[in-house]
Amino acid sequence: MSEKILMKGNEALAEAAIRAGCRHFFGYPITPQSELAAYMAKRLPKMGGTYLQAESEVAAINMVYGASAAGVRVMTSSSSPGVSLKGEGISYMIGADLPGLIVNINRGGPGLGSIQPSQADYWMATRATGHGDGHVFVLAPSTVQEMADLARMAFDLGDRYRMPAMILADGLLGQMMEPVEMPDPINPADLPPKPWATTGTKGEREHNIVNSLSLVSQVLEDMVLERNERYQRIKEVEQIAQLEHTEDAELVVVAYGAASRIARSAVNAAREEGLKVGMIRPITLWPFPTKAIEDVCATAQAFLSVELSTGQMVDDVKLAVSGRRPVSFFGHSGGIVPTPAEVLVAIKKALAGEVFHILPFHSKLEAGD
Amino acid sequence: MAAEKSPVLFERTSALTDKVTNYCPGCLHGITQRLVAESLDRLGLADTAVGVSPVGCAVIAYEFYSCDMVQAAHGRAPAVATGLKRARPENTIFTYQGDGDLASIGMAETIHAATRGENITVIFINNAIYGMTGGQMAPTTLPGQITQTSPYGRDVKAAGNPIRVCELLSSLDGVALAQRVTVDTPSNVRKAAKAIRKGFEYQREGLGFSIIEVLSSCPTNWGMTPYKALEWLRENMIPYYPPGVYKDVKAGE
Repeated sequence: MSEKILMKGNEALAEAAIRAGCRHFFGYPITPQSELAAYMAKRLPKMGGTYLQAESEVAAINMVYGASAAGVRVMTSSSSPGVSLKGEGISYMIGADLPGLIVNINRGGPGLGSIQPSQADYWMATRATGHGDGHVFVLAPSTVQEMADLARMAFDLGDRYRMPAMILADGLLGQMMEPVEMPDPINPADLPPKPWATTGTKGEREHNIVNSLSLVSQVLEDMVLERNERYQRIKEVEQIAQLEHTEDAELVVVAYGAASRIARSAVNAAREEGLKVGMIRPITLWPFPTKAIEDVCATAQAFLSVELSTGQMVDDVKLAVSGRRPVSFFGHSGGIVPTPAEVLVAIKKALAGEVFHILPFHSKLEAGD
Repeated sequence: MAAEKSPVLFERTSALTDKVTNYCPGCLHGITQRLVAESLDRLGLADTAVGVSPVGCAVIAYEFYSCDMVQAAHGRAPAVATGLKRARPENTIFTYQGDGDLASIGMAETIHAATRGENITVIFINNAIYGMTGGQMAPTTLPGQITQTSPYGRDVKAAGNPIRVCELLSSLDGVALAQRVTVDTPSNVRKAAKAIRKGFEYQREGLGFSIIEVLSSCPTNWGMTPYKALEWLRENMIPYYPPGVYKDVKAGE
């Protein structure tokens, strides 16, 4: 392990991807992921890799599709409107069982939205990155260190399960600087072989085909069901969440990414006032850490989801809670980041037994001074 | 005495599988597909070749070629080929695309792969119609041509004009070879074979983007017999899309 260095989140992610053996990056300019692409443009050509600025997001993801088919670790990065455009290619990657890393530095939406931090792409990331029955891994860092660690994990998970993986972060995490310890570099030549890849037969084997098409319904259903079994296995073994102060918590706040940093301040403030509040921070958004939530249902009386959206992950919290406890929501959208004081007010309301879905527009919280 | 083996005069080229194609009787895909396979075999490139099949009549070309194959989203074959080539530059990468795929939904991918000088070979089948979806107007449908979605004939005032792809791409610096051929007669088949080989040779030499446009027929969706379709191709398509070399970086050498 190396010493800690001060880095921007976007750059830490890029460096960690290179250290994970990724030598191919295809992207299209968009704010607020620019530092990531710029870092790759500087580094990759010097190490025999490819940085290619594609003509569009659509082309970029299809270049990722091609490079992944050729068996290399490959990635793209973008932000919300760009990720919408990548939906087609991501669906084809799912259908052809291709790994690859897609980074979404989430900004406000819909449409052109804003360039400020947002978590409004939760549904897109976890429910429908493209058409068809399918999923991608969705990993949600909350620190610069995790931007690096989850990049490595995304490549490993993707290769192991032959699935695309997405890192869902935001401009706050992308552009903030924190000390980070970089993982040791992997030589791409040392990565496990991919016998399914289209590397040229070399006259030594039957041809490999990378394909998502099947015109025979039964064959397609079998493929979809096999993939679905993989998803079930992943849900069993790959859920990750961080639990803080949940042992005795009457109220459990659920928050990920940038929102979890603000929620943590509010939870700590509540604890200082003697209130029994804890937090679950999902690190894998897909698979969603339902087990952690089910486990705390035994002791927690209520849940509060805090998000930078109008309430998206709260659906998954409710599914995991499954009606056993009330689930409330507090959030801001449009690129506005809530203050810890606002979250603390929401925490106290939930502790008082209120069940709510609060957005500032229709119910301004009195945060106090 | 054991029967003496008769000499082999003609056989399936080894870059093709023994899979029966899905192409309609009289369609020229079969000939073109074979020419591509023969070129790979003759140049000794089949073992390092990776082909990209499009969305269109050639969508399951991955079953017909015995080299490694990747199926691409509609129009994205040049982008997929770019990824394949950048990841493994030592491999021979080709796409096999129709007119809707290459010149309509995939035009951005086509032009940008071309202008980057992406070192790949594009085989472009131009039959002036969407075949697989049942005969709709294509970007290369001729003025006045009747299709399912231009039932009164293509009205260029409403539907716009056809695109001449080789002429368009020939202005780009990244293009090493842009040549239009057809395969309606044995002599034209030989010319087409030579052009396709040249495309692969240019890729082997690292000269950049090569495109071979093959004027083709669609008897089924044109509503003609195969023979009549060839006549229609000669009388209508060849005048609008003249065969020839539009760009050749080695011309005059």
